[in-house]
Amino acid sequence: MLRYTLRRLLGAIPTLFLVIVLAFLLVHAAPGGPFDDERALPPEIEANIAAAYHLDEPLPVQFLRYLGGVVQGDFGPSYSYRDYTVSELIGRSFPVSVQLGILAMLLAAVSGISLGIVAALNRNSALDRIVMGFAMTGISIPVFVIAPVLVLFLAVKLQWLPASWTGSEGASRLLLPVLSLALPQIAYVARLTRASLIEVLSSDFIRTARSQGLGTAAIVRYHALKPAMLPVLSYMGPAVAAVLTGSVVVEEIFGIPGLGQLFVRGSLNRDYTLVLGVVIFYATLIVLLNLVVDLLYGVIDPRIRRR
Amino acid sequence: MKTIRLLPVILATLAGAAVMLNACSNGGTDRESSPAGTPVLNRALSTEPESLDPQKSRSVQAADVLRDIGEGLVSYTAAGDLVPGTAERWEIAEDGLSYTFRIRADAHWSNGDAVTAADFVHGLRRLVDPATAAFYAAELGNVVNAEAIVAGETDPAELGVAAADERTLVISLVRPTPYLLSLLTHPSTFPVHRGSVEQHGAQFARAGKLLSNGAYVLADWEPGAIIELHRNTHYWNDAETSIDVVRHHVVTQEMAEFNRYRAGELHVTSTVPPENFEQIRTEYGSQLHVAPTLGVYYYGFNMTSPPFADNPELRQALSMAIDREVLVEAITGRGEAPAYSWVPPGIHNYEPVQLTYAGLSQPERNAIAQGLYRKAGYGKDNPLHFELRYNTSDTQQRIALAVQAMWRKVLGAEAMAVNVEFQVLLDQMRNREVTEVFRSSWFGDYNDANTFLAIMESDSAANMPGYSNPEYDALMQSAGEQLDLDRRRLYLEEAERVLLADHAVIPLYFYVSKHLVKPEVDGWQDNILNYHYSQHLSLGAAERDGRP
Repeated sequence: MLRYTLRRLLGAIPTLFLVIVLAFLLVHAAPGGPFDDERALPPEIEANIAAAYHLDEPLPVQFLRYLGGVVQGDFGPSYSYRDYTVSELIGRSFPVSVQLGILAMLLAAVSGISLGIVAALNRNSALDRIVMGFAMTGISIPVFVIAPVLVLFLAVKLQWLPASWTGSEGASRLLLPVLSLALPQIAYVARLTRASLIEVLSSDFIRTARSQGLGTAAIVRYHALKPAMLPVLSYMGPAVAAVLTGSVVVEEIFGIPGLGQLFVRGSLNRDYTLVLGVVIFYATLIVLLNLVVDLLYGVIDPRIRRR
Repeated sequence: MKTIRLLPVILATLAGAAVMLNACSNGGTDRESSPAGTPVLNRALSTEPESLDPQKSRSVQAADVLRDIGEGLVSYTAAGDLVPGTAERWEIAEDGLSYTFRIRADAHWSNGDAVTAADFVHGLRRLVDPATAAFYAAELGNVVNAEAIVAGETDPAELGVAAADERTLVISLVRPTPYLLSLLTHPSTFPVHRGSVEQHGAQFARAGKLLSNGAYVLADWEPGAIIELHRNTHYWNDAETSIDVVRHHVVTQEMAEFNRYRAGELHVTSTVPPENFEQIRTEYGSQLHVAPTLGVYYYGFNMTSPPFADNPELRQALSMAIDREVLVEAITGRGEAPAYSWVPPGIHNYEPVQLTYAGLSQPERNAIAQGLYRKAGYGKDNPLHFELRYNTSDTQQRIALAVQAMWRKVLGAEAMAVNVEFQVLLDQMRNREVTEVFRSSWFGDYNDANTFLAIMESDSAANMPGYSNPEYDALMQSAGEQLDLDRRRLYLEEAERVLLADHAVIPLYFYVSKHLVKPEVDGWQDNILNYHYSQHLSLGAAERDGRP
């Protein structure tokens, strides 16, 4: 397992290098520069700014300079937050996104799996229809509708919860964003769990268990749930990565200083270093989370580990 | 068979999450809760300031925060009139080429150090120093040696700014600059505390490090969320400051901002969402503040290539065929004024010149426009085809489509509306290769017609149309040499007349500032600069509990 992990980690280096090259070329290929504005600058001032940020050097030189920094963990200064470095900004915003993301995914996992089990065990009953109806709604209503509606009712009308991140300093500011992030995920997880569990419940080994007189609860708990979790797990891996790196929409609506907002601002402002920094960070995270999911497969299903 | 026990795992993770949640909500910010009963003002910024370094900052939002933190030699009242700032008085030499400022004896930095003339010298040198890479370096162009320093030809120490003694500052100019005083209210001309810049380097504009000479000091800055300011007890005019804590919240979405105002989280918004403006006007009445401001929304022609170069009749025809009243009433609809001049009305010591056709009715304008269009060689069988480029946004699109329809209906001209991302449009406007007609805007930096007219000089980088008329340049040159303010005004007005007659730009409307201000906020005054210093505001007694 250790050798496998090491091999996977080494294999990730060329992938990451490719990501850096591509991202570097793409951000520089986008029209417009980081300091363009409607109030265009006189050429000599533009030259001073370009020189201050090494933007006057040929692209290959800029790339080598950048790569040299990245190897040492230095992602350079941000152009759109001129008082901060990119590493600092990622360091500040990632914990915020992680905090929201983990809470949202936990909520999604716990309630999604429970709802899925309930629906699967009561297949085609009214309960099943209600759960699946909820799931369909959760999937089909986009978060940019859910979030403002939640704000409108819980923050503006009832004034129970803050409407924004900076509206309160307590934990209550987390509730609406977490709920907005979790609702669609709950729906997905519930549907996946239900479908997968129904399939497992109709397989031969469950029939065997049933014929040996085991009750439904025991069957689900000891035999069916584990294999039924595989598709859920493969969904959750990338979903966790997506949620951890910040939901752009939720962060914008609630004014949360997370990674998603940072990335959007960076792209719109052609903040090359900020965009590259977030992309590299995101790519590394995906590589790591994929590895974690693959290792977890082995834990849940020993047959995969032996292969 | 080994079982996975989901329940304990989930419980353990939940417990972990709860601990984390608790930790984050207590320690996630370094902001200390304000003591109960402290007046806190919550106001909104529509984007994050890119820097709070006075010389490195650029945006309107950064300047808004910096005007709370720092103070220039000159400042503004709540109504937008010039008043002495850190300088208590000044004398202007008879030739207008030398300004001598006397700095207040009680002017102090937030650490208690005296604010000296040397601090201003240092700030101004820092502004023009190429190593600072300051965006506003060119604003000081009229100061002796400034241009050469910006170009890297002369040492910053040669700048025509000198400290005669601790409290006397002399600024020497190469030509009279009647708007110098309003330039000296701009944050880029604020003093810097030399010791603190040397000690902290690139990080000197951080919370806990940035020294201020204004009413507030930077207490906390959470990028992407909030900038918190606390009263600067060392400020010379601290006795007049009413509010102890000011929180500038970064709110990029207009609708989210409105909801936060309604939820009681903001006292002052930075704008008002366009979607339900009428409803807000009825519902919020006197809380809604709409005021003219120094900004013009315009369509520009690419003056360097066909079909619009060397074709003034065609440009005039397109300009006349646009019904600006319809645009401001049916589309923008937030109190904007239709624009028939390049310089907005209400600017100091200036009477904007009107487009010659401003007095005609729209049908009359249309009739003339049709004649000009035919004269330019176009007609029903031979319609003009061109592209109208604008940056992607709902409002821009609605305006572009309306104008497109007006051109088609009145002239039969076929404009293709092309939307591109803002940075792409900027790039295209500057290169003048693909643009034919484009949308842009200009906001004045100071209360003087020069801030609008100077950008249309041939060598101005912000001259997006590529307009070049020697007559215009000569008039602007002459205006710059005038000592007599009335004569200078006449030159500027003549220059605007030339610009409008050339139809290089189509001014469509003048922007307005739009704010929602809670009734308990006292001291708010609408002004054309749209500057609202927190130090001029106070909160009604009922609202002093930290949360509005």
